[in-house]
Amino acid sequence: MQAFEYARPKTAQEAVALLASEWGKSELLAGGSDLLSRMKDDVSAPQRIVSLSGVHELRGIAASARGLRLGALVTLDELETHPAVREHYAGIAQAVEQVGGPQIRNVGTVGGNLCQRPRCWYYRNGFGLLATYKGRPLVPDGDNRYHAIFGNEGPAYFVSPSSLAPILIALGASLRLLGPDGPRDLPVEQFFVTPKSEAEREHAIKPNEVITEVLVPPANGTKSGFYEILQKESLDWPLAMAAVALQMEGRRVEKARVVLGQVAPVPWPSAEAEEALKGKMVSEEVAEEAGRAAASKATPLSKNKYKVQLARVAVKRAVLLAAGLVKKGEV
Amino acid sequence: MATCKYDWPEAAERHLIGKPISRIDGPAKSSGRAKYTYDINRPGMLFGKVLRCPHAHAKVTSIDISEAKNLPGVKAVRVIQGEGKEILWGGDEIACVAAVSEEVAEDAIRRIKVQYEELPFLVNEEDLERAQSQGHTRAPSVQTKGDPDKAFADPDVVISEGYYGAPVITHCCLETHGQVTEYDGSDHLRVWISTQGVSTIPQQFAEVLGLPATHVEAICDYIGGGFGSKFQIDRWGVECARLSKDAGGKAVKLMLERDAELKVAGTRPSAFAKVKVAAKKDGTLVAWQSEAWGTGGVAGAGVPPLPYVLEGIPNQSKKYTAVSTNTGGARAWRAPNHPQAAVLTLCALDDLAAKLEMDPIEFLTKNTGLAPEHLGETYNDELAKVAELSEWKKYWHPRGRGGSGRIRRGLGVSIHTWGGRGHNSNCDVLIQPDGSVEVRLGSQDLGTGTRTVIAIVAAETLGLPVEAIKVTLGDSRYPYSGASGGSTTVGGVSASTRRGSVDARDQLFAAVAPALGVPPDQLEAAAGHIRVKGNPAKSLSWKQACARLGTKTIQATGKNPGPCELGSSGVGGAQVADVSVDTETGRIKVNRMIAAQDCGLIIDMKTAESQVYGAMIMGISYALFEERVMDDQTGIMLNPNMEFYKLATIGDIPEFIVHMMTGPQYDRRGVIGLGEPPVISPGAAISNAVANAIGVRVPTLPLTPDKVLAALEKA
Repeated sequence: MQAFEYARPKTAQEAVALLASEWGKSELLAGGSDLLSRMKDDVSAPQRIVSLSGVHELRGIAASARGLRLGALVTLDELETHPAVREHYAGIAQAVEQVGGPQIRNVGTVGGNLCQRPRCWYYRNGFGLLATYKGRPLVPDGDNRYHAIFGNEGPAYFVSPSSLAPILIALGASLRLLGPDGPRDLPVEQFFVTPKSEAEREHAIKPNEVITEVLVPPANGTKSGFYEILQKESLDWPLAMAAVALQMEGRRVEKARVVLGQVAPVPWPSAEAEEALKGKMVSEEVAEEAGRAAASKATPLSKNKYKVQLARVAVKRAVLLAAGLVKKGEV
Repeated sequence: MATCKYDWPEAAERHLIGKPISRIDGPAKSSGRAKYTYDINRPGMLFGKVLRCPHAHAKVTSIDISEAKNLPGVKAVRVIQGEGKEILWGGDEIACVAAVSEEVAEDAIRRIKVQYEELPFLVNEEDLERAQSQGHTRAPSVQTKGDPDKAFADPDVVISEGYYGAPVITHCCLETHGQVTEYDGSDHLRVWISTQGVSTIPQQFAEVLGLPATHVEAICDYIGGGFGSKFQIDRWGVECARLSKDAGGKAVKLMLERDAELKVAGTRPSAFAKVKVAAKKDGTLVAWQSEAWGTGGVAGAGVPPLPYVLEGIPNQSKKYTAVSTNTGGARAWRAPNHPQAAVLTLCALDDLAAKLEMDPIEFLTKNTGLAPEHLGETYNDELAKVAELSEWKKYWHPRGRGGSGRIRRGLGVSIHTWGGRGHNSNCDVLIQPDGSVEVRLGSQDLGTGTRTVIAIVAAETLGLPVEAIKVTLGDSRYPYSGASGGSTTVGGVSASTRRGSVDARDQLFAAVAPALGVPPDQLEAAAGHIRVKGNPAKSLSWKQACARLGTKTIQATGKNPGPCELGSSGVGGAQVADVSVDTETGRIKVNRMIAAQDCGLIIDMKTAESQVYGAMIMGISYALFEERVMDDQTGIMLNPNMEFYKLATIGDIPEFIVHMMTGPQYDRRGVIGLGEPPVISPGAAISNAVANAIGVRVPTLPLTPDKVLAALEKA
């Protein structure tokens, strides 16, 4: 870790003013579980750290008729255990309950979960976000067991690691960013972009912007579910995940949103799975069909064909969870 | 039977030995009072950091340390492998610094400029043909016994062929390797070091630093894991001492970073093999053929003992090829070469049993006569015991008949063996006139319960409670006691403690005999008293007895080896794994592990069982998760962290049923080591359970979802 300057502003506005206008010079510190490991591994070496720990306006969960407002500093543990979240947004609670372990969920934040950098082991070993060595991409011929199976035509091959993004996108959430020119709102779906060069990032945030809050529309009976496949019971990165939001008329699906995670450089909405669910009575077979549809256009790399099967299963199980046909622990 | 004065007490006379007794350092460890090497902080202490080579194979063409030297706060900079040196694996040491803080030391490391000429490398070995074509293999060793060709050609035998393997894994000690070194004057070195061999450290430093060994003191009160990787002082230890010296004698703390721990501080060699086995239709094994290979880094690898346990298979043909890779070197890993041999052998035999449509426990039991002579009966007893405790008959089913559901359950079995004879050990047993008792020795407690077994043996011998014994170890100024490797410690220290305690007790008898009016040999130490045998009323309390010593302290030295046979060597052991496999995701859940383990006379039932628990935890971890991932293109290790070098967490640990074999036939063998044997079988047992569950073999460890799905697809 290299030496840095530490700033602890009291307001979001002050935080913005402390951030540099180009990438790499400053970093925001929330829970720190990602930033500190990147700094220790010399992947990031900011000259200034802007800690958000004193910015109280970024805290708090508010549930109202207008929906759910999540401060960027809400911890994953707070989110998981919040009664309104558990009651109306089951998919959100399911999405965070297996993130890391209890210690990680106690410090990890909503904003941090969205802004965390990829876990690609080439990136984390210093070969850049696009993982190149002596001018050529490492992933296609390298150990790509954990890399993308969608959207992997290059130059990005990493997977978006956020557990929250897929479910927030499925629920139509947006986020509010504060920058030098004031606030702006952005659908969560548009927050994630596939970089085309090493100079670009995977998030549509400017270097001197701060996520202040996430706004989830009212549930209005939307049923949501989330399923991820981890190899270990805890403290493990999922191999594939899927978030599902269903607007139902009885057991019939009026409208479905299906978003996969850990499978592409961005959270990966599956129009195919959504189409497969639309107008159907949810059943094991229909869920299976949605999974198959979701996986149908995957383009696995040399060592990650198994992830196609895992994506298929994740979608199937998330649909069954969302529809309430099974309970967590039964799938 | 003739008795010998140091013999272990008969079962009926044991008050402590063999009982479940909590480890005496448990409270210190669980409260955080126990000080590990990492916790040592000395006045004015400096921090050492190492610059490591980022290439798998390279030549240092130039190195410039001037900027690092000039950085304020830097007290010493040393080139370890400078210009012209050929570096053979990534992470090898290039230079090191000592500075006033870790941060300054890191800044200094970044200011060292090194230029390398990159050279061709090989970092992966599973593809043997590629390794051969690149000249990275040694001449194979070939062994033949009997007439394997003829045996395999017999039309009446059933033959099974398969491919099996276990990759390179790392020791991944939770407390990384390292030490604090400090000079006292110009030629006295004190070293606080995370080590498995306290008594062996002074000589190692003395030799390279040109000091008399008597001028070096090594201290290790507690150690956070070694598993066979912490015997040497290592280059970073030597350099740490030299940094101290260069910095005017100041203490320097140099502990490895996590990535270095995984890259250079120890690996278990891989082993892969194509195996062919044959048995008669009744299950009698007749022939074995194996073509095996593996790597332990540049120096190749240790050869797994094949066929494992059932070494008496009459016809054998074996070929082994060591592969040299540009990777961090192998070190002894808990039962060196045995877990790999168990995977290669017991998985192959399990596949043969499936082909024979035999229950694998019956199949193994039928063939235990091929194990070393004295173990055949032990295996039969242990296999029967794990069958009973696992409810094998209820849960086991023939392979592939685990139903058609999404979740399939299966059982698998494996057996293992290990030596475990007690090492050389000396100790001083002191009885003070105030009644306090201390056992001192230059041993170490790896977390295995060494302190506790020493206290139990001394307490049993002196007729005192365990709490009455102070055990002092972890310092090389105490009597020499061997390094803790090969499961040799419990046999060594229990024997030396027994002999020393018997002699100390006899000196006390001699001192108090006049007061009790009988010859010393009529006395016994029991229940906190020295009393006349057969007349317990005639006694002195321990304190009263010791007070008779006046100002004289009793000090007796116990040794191992020594008179009377107190230990032996050679244990068996059997384990059953019970798993469920999600056939949609390839995810494996271990439901239960069941172990039957012998280790001769058990000193402490509780810490003995704990050893088996810990070994099975480690076993589940390497069976399902652990794998060093090396990158063919860059030559680096891709997972030098605990994020993608996956270790089992508490949620991955199932129910354990542990049965320690006891009784006169085991007591008779004396004390035998236990640290290693129970870690040998889990890989094979879990792999066999998975094969039983899903009807097809997943060839290599770790049994990850991708491999399970691939095997299912192939089936």
